[in-house]
Amino acid sequence: MQEIMASFFVECEELHEALTDALQMMADGEHDVETINVAFRAVHSIKGGAGAFGLDDLVSFAHQFETVMDGCRSGDLGITDDLVQLFLRCGDFLSDLIRCSRDSDDINTSVAEGLIGELAGYVPDSGDDGPEETVDFQPTTLSLGDLGPGGPALDLPADLPPLPDLPPLGDLPPLDATAHPDTATTGPRQGLSVTFKPEHELYESGNEPLFFLRALADLGPCDISLSFDAPDDLVDLAKSGHRLSWQIDIDTEAGPADVHEIFEFAVGLCQIDVTERTAATAADAAPDLPAPPADDAPPPDTPAPKITTPAKPAAKSAPKTATKASPTVRVDLERIERLVNLVGELVINQAMLTQSIAEENIPPNSPVSAGLDEFMQLTRNIQESVMMIRAQPVKSLFQRMSRIVREASTAVGKSVKLVTEGDTTEIDKTAIECLADPLTHMIRNAVDHGLESSEKRLETGKSKQGEIRLAAAHRSGRVIIEVSDDGGGINREKVRSIAESKGLVSPDAALSDSEIDQLLFLPGFSTADAVSNLSGRGVGMDVVKTQITSLGGRITIDSVPGKGTTFSISLPLTLAVLDGMVVTVAGETLVVPVNAIVESLSLERKDLNPVSPGQTVLCVRDQFVPVLDLGRELGYRNAICVDDGAIALLISPEEGILVAMLVDSIEDQRQVVIKGMQESYGRVPGVAAATILGDGKVALILDANDLVQNAAGANLTEAERKAS
Amino acid sequence: MTISVLAVDDSRTMRDMINLALATEGFDVALAEDGEHGLEVLDGLAPDVIITDINMPRLDGFGFIDAVRARDDTRTTPILVLTTESSAELKSKARDAGATGWIVKPFAQDKLVRALRMVAG
Repeated sequence: MQEIMASFFVECEELHEALTDALQMMADGEHDVETINVAFRAVHSIKGGAGAFGLDDLVSFAHQFETVMDGCRSGDLGITDDLVQLFLRCGDFLSDLIRCSRDSDDINTSVAEGLIGELAGYVPDSGDDGPEETVDFQPTTLSLGDLGPGGPALDLPADLPPLPDLPPLGDLPPLDATAHPDTATTGPRQGLSVTFKPEHELYESGNEPLFFLRALADLGPCDISLSFDAPDDLVDLAKSGHRLSWQIDIDTEAGPADVHEIFEFAVGLCQIDVTERTAATAADAAPDLPAPPADDAPPPDTPAPKITTPAKPAAKSAPKTATKASPTVRVDLERIERLVNLVGELVINQAMLTQSIAEENIPPNSPVSAGLDEFMQLTRNIQESVMMIRAQPVKSLFQRMSRIVREASTAVGKSVKLVTEGDTTEIDKTAIECLADPLTHMIRNAVDHGLESSEKRLETGKSKQGEIRLAAAHRSGRVIIEVSDDGGGINREKVRSIAESKGLVSPDAALSDSEIDQLLFLPGFSTADAVSNLSGRGVGMDVVKTQITSLGGRITIDSVPGKGTTFSISLPLTLAVLDGMVVTVAGETLVVPVNAIVESLSLERKDLNPVSPGQTVLCVRDQFVPVLDLGRELGYRNAICVDDGAIALLISPEEGILVAMLVDSIEDQRQVVIKGMQESYGRVPGVAAATILGDGKVALILDANDLVQNAAGANLTEAERKAS
Repeated sequence: MTISVLAVDDSRTMRDMINLALATEGFDVALAEDGEHGLEVLDGLAPDVIITDINMPRLDGFGFIDAVRARDDTRTTPILVLTTESSAELKSKARDAGATGWIVKPFAQDKLVRALRMVAG
C-alpha cells in the first residue's frame, strides 16, 4: 500500500504537469474542449487517488476545483482571464497540497479556504453535492430486438405447434410470504421474505439473477422457489416482460436494508419486495401448507432457465494478453543509482584491465587488444545508455518556474510573462532537482531587480509587460540554461558603488564591465537598496554560484544596458562519469575535464614570455594568453618549470578569453568516474572531485575554470596590495 | 473458478489499487489505460467482468461501454463503472450507457470484491 501511495504521488506530479500545461494553454487563449478536458481529468484523477488514501483536504479542494472546471467543460461557465488566473493559482496550491499530503506537512488552510471560496463564487449553488442519495431508477428501455444466442428468434413460423402442456404452475405455492411453507421446523424465528421479479432489462444490463440469490443466501439459510409464468407459445415468450420470479425466505438477523443493498445494481430493473417476517407470521405460516409437488414442477432451486442467463463470452479460453506493453516503466531511483555506481565500477575496471594489458606488452594487433577495444566501446555505450536513463526533460523544472514568475510578479506588482524554450532538453535528474533553488532565486531576481516597473518600461518605449525567458539547449557536450530578462540591464555604476561601500572592491581598481558584473556573485552582495520581501531572503547570487559550481557547472552574466540581462548556466551532461585528460604535473597525476580544454599545444621554454614577476604570457597565433602553471598553482612547485615535452592546455573560462594551463605531460584521455569529495573534504578550491585510475591510484579532477578564477582573484588582490 | 477482470482506468494509481485489491483476492486482472486500449485488450481476452472509469482520454467510459455492448462477445459481459460521484444522476447515466453496476471511489477492497461477485459470481 505504501508503494502504491508513493506511486500515486509520482503520478500526481505527472498529472499536475499536464494540468499546468493545459492551464497555460488556456491562459494563452486556447479554450477548446479538449484542453479543458485534459485539465479536468488531471484534477479528477488526483481527486480519485487522494480519496483512496483518505487525503481529505486534497479531495475537497480538488473537488471544488473540478466542479468549476466541469462548468467550463459543459459550457455553463465562460472562460475569462480572471477565471484562468484563478485556475492557475489553484493549480499552484494543488501542487502545495499534494506535497503537504505526501510529506504529512501542515496545510495552509486559510489559502485553501480562500481559493475554495473564490471557486465557489463560480458555482451557482456549490456545496450541495450532498451525501449519497437513494438511487431510484426508472426502468430503462433497452432494445429487446436481439436477445443474442440462445434467445428466441422472433420470426418463428406461424404454424408453430402450441407448446406441450406444461405442468400447471398454479400448483406452485403462492408467492406471498405468509402463505409460503417454511421449511425449517424449529420454532419461531426472525426472517425476511423477498420477492424478486427481474425485468428483461436486468439480463440486458449484464446482471445475473443467480448471483443475487447467492448473495441473499449469504445472509442466512434460504428457501428459494421459482415461479414461471409460462407463455402460450414461444412467440409470446419474447413479447412480454418478466416470466420468472423468485420467492426467497431467508432465516436471518439482517434487515430489509441489507437486501436492498444486495439488489443495488438491480434497482429499476426488477420488482423487489421485502417484508420482515416476525416470529409470529413465520410460525403461522409454517404447518399446514402442502409441499410443492416435487414431480411435476421445476425444483424450487433450479437456476434461471438457460434462455435468460447472460451469454458468456465465447472466447473464454483465448490467451490472455494482459496489459499492452506500456511505453514507460517506472523504476526506483535507488535501482538506477545502483546501476550508475556499477557502471562506474565497470569503467574503472575496464581502465585497470587496459593498464594491465598495456603492461604485458601485448601487441596492439593481437586478439586480446582487439577484444579490449571492443570492450571499451561497449563500456562507453553502456555508460551513455545508463546516463540517459537518468536524463529527464527540464520541462518539470521550467513549469515550476512559471509559478515563481506568477508569484513574484504579483508580489512586486509587475506584469511579467515567462517564455520557455527547449523544455524537452534532457539533463541528469539530480541536476534538475539541484537547479530548482538557484533558478528560483535567479527568476525572482530577474522579476524584482531585472525588470523595470511598467511605467518605466512604457517610458523607454518597451511593452508594458516584461518578459523573462528561460531556455535550455545542448551545446558542445554541455547543457546550457539561460535566464534572461528584457529589463534595464545591470546598472554597473550602482553595482560598483555598492561593492565599494561594502569593501568588496577597492575604489581605484580598474574593472571591466564583465568584472563588475562578476561582483554580483561575491558573498554578501545585494543590489536592492532595501531588502525586499521577494528576493531578499538572505540568499545572494554567491549561493547560486556555489550551487551551480557544485554541479560541475558554471554561470556567466551578459548584460546590455537598456536591453536586459542574461544569466547562462552551463552544466555537464552527466554527473557520474566524464571524459578526462589524464596529465602529470610535478610527478602528480591529475585529471582535467576534456570539455574544459579548447586546445592543447606542446611547448618550448622560448614560447613563454615573462611580463612581470609571477606573470607570464604565451604567444598563441599572435595572441597573448596568460599562463597558469598548474604545478605552482597547486603548490607542487614554486616556479614555472617547462621541461621538454611540456604541454599547454588552452582553456576558455569565458567566451573570448583564453588561459594556458601548463602541465608536464599528457598521459591519456579516458572516461573517469567522478567520486565526490565534498562530503568528506568540503569544497576544495580548484578541485571538482576525485577519481580512481586504472592503476588503482586516486587522482584529483580539476575544476579548470575555478582554478583560473582563483588565480585571477589572487592577482587582483596582489594588485590591490601593491596599489595601497 | 478464477474470475477474470479487465480494469480500465487512466490513473495509474487507480489501476495499481484495483490490481492490488483484486490480485490478492485471487482475481485474474488485466489492465488498460483508456477505452481504446481497453477495446484492444478485449480483442485477445474475454474477461468475466469489466471495470471502467468514466473520465478518460481518447475514449471515455461511456464510449467504451457503448463499444463493448456493440460487440457480440461482450454484449452481456457485466460492466462496473468506477465513479467518484455517488449521485443518482451519474449512476443512471451509467445505467443508460449499459453498465451493470457501479463502484463509488474511493472503494474499500471488500466492497469492490463484493460488487464483482455480485455481477460475476
